[in-house]
Amino acid sequence: MKKFFETCFVLTLCFGYSIWSTALGSNEASVIKISAKKFEYTPKQITLKKGVPCVIQLTSEDRTHGFSAPALNLRADIAPGKTTEIKFTPDKTGDYNFFCDVFCGSGHEDMEGKITVVD
Amino acid sequence: MENEMDRREFLKLAGVGGVVFLSGLSGSPALSLAGPTKDFFFVQLSDSHWGFEGAKVNPDAKGTLLKAVKEVNSLKQKPDFIVFTGDLTQTTDDVNVRKARMKEFKQIVGELDAKVIRYMPGEHDASLDNGETYKEFFGETHYTFDHKGVHFIAIDNVSDSTGSIGEAQLEWLKQDLSKRTHDENIVVLTHRPLFDLYPQWDWATKDGAKAIDMLMPFSNVTVFYGHVHQENHHMTGHIAHHSANSLMLPMPVAGSMPKRQPILWNNAEPYKGLGFRNVLSKSKKDEFELSEYGINAEARV
Repeated sequence: MKKFFETCFVLTLCFGYSIWSTALGSNEASVIKISAKKFEYTPKQITLKKGVPCVIQLTSEDRTHGFSAPALNLRADIAPGKTTEIKFTPDKTGDYNFFCDVFCGSGHEDMEGKITVVD
Repeated sequence: MENEMDRREFLKLAGVGGVVFLSGLSGSPALSLAGPTKDFFFVQLSDSHWGFEGAKVNPDAKGTLLKAVKEVNSLKQKPDFIVFTGDLTQTTDDVNVRKARMKEFKQIVGELDAKVIRYMPGEHDASLDNGETYKEFFGETHYTFDHKGVHFIAIDNVSDSTGSIGEAQLEWLKQDLSKRTHDENIVVLTHRPLFDLYPQWDWATKDGAKAIDMLMPFSNVTVFYGHVHQENHHMTGHIAHHSANSLMLPMPVAGSMPKRQPILWNNAEPYKGLGFRNVLSKSKKDEFELSEYGINAEARV
């Protein structure tokens, strides 16, 4: 009998921890890394969850690029040699383009990507 | 009488070339020009992208600019001056190629039958080296000049690769405007739109609103620009903004396509969307009259 109660106690602890950690996890920001170089972003498509905070970490492999998503009111310069962070919480679902808005050469106009925000 | 004849001749030309668009300079008929002026006209050419290659977009990439030069020269009345509002050449990372393109471009437009040609850079000309190569060939990237009672201000919003005017130039603009009377006729020439035409396609100037704010106290301001490769007419308050067609590749209306891509060449309508503009300054009515000209496919160049 004692063994039974011990097992129940351990299971309850485990279950409780699971719920607590899940709840905590939902408040943690998701981190997305995007690397920029002439004339592309890697990855060029990212998916985010509506209402979940996120941090976009931007780096450049060659020169200064831009990151601009006007529909989400996001923009930053991406200077080489450091990580630039954009923190935000998507509040609407949909597809939103981002592009380089620092002129970087002959393929500049094609340097773009897409953010998809889902429920 | 001379002015009336000039205008009649201009309208005759406009009738051949295409639509006439009237652009009010003055918000109030009570306002008058600050000093004695005469009617005059100038030609705006833009976005020739010399060096561009892409047969699906323009199979006559090496001939379109030459045809435009020939057509401008065939105007019965010579313009007082010609202005290029940027992207004279297609960008390249190779500085030697950049210089070669600028040299070729300058030779071609050197055939224009005009006493004065004013140049401005686009991001393709100036953004990769802060305008250094451009200056070697065409001079300063921002400047002012006066013509028959109109004060022209050329603003550079491309040498800074972020597409900004910058604080130093904004201070220069402030100083220049401090010398103007509020009813003076002012024309701003620039490459990018000063207002947010469509930031999703980078059709904007990051600090353009600061320039517009400085211009707002002046009652007679008109802006001519390029960059968007199509006609667009927009008002910010009483300030009119007019973009010009390209001489290399037309672009779709802002937001009409998922991506910002040139409109493909159509053999049934060659050179559609390409062309140049005449601007007639009518001193008595305080307004500009715009006429859009296409490229004549029959021009044997």
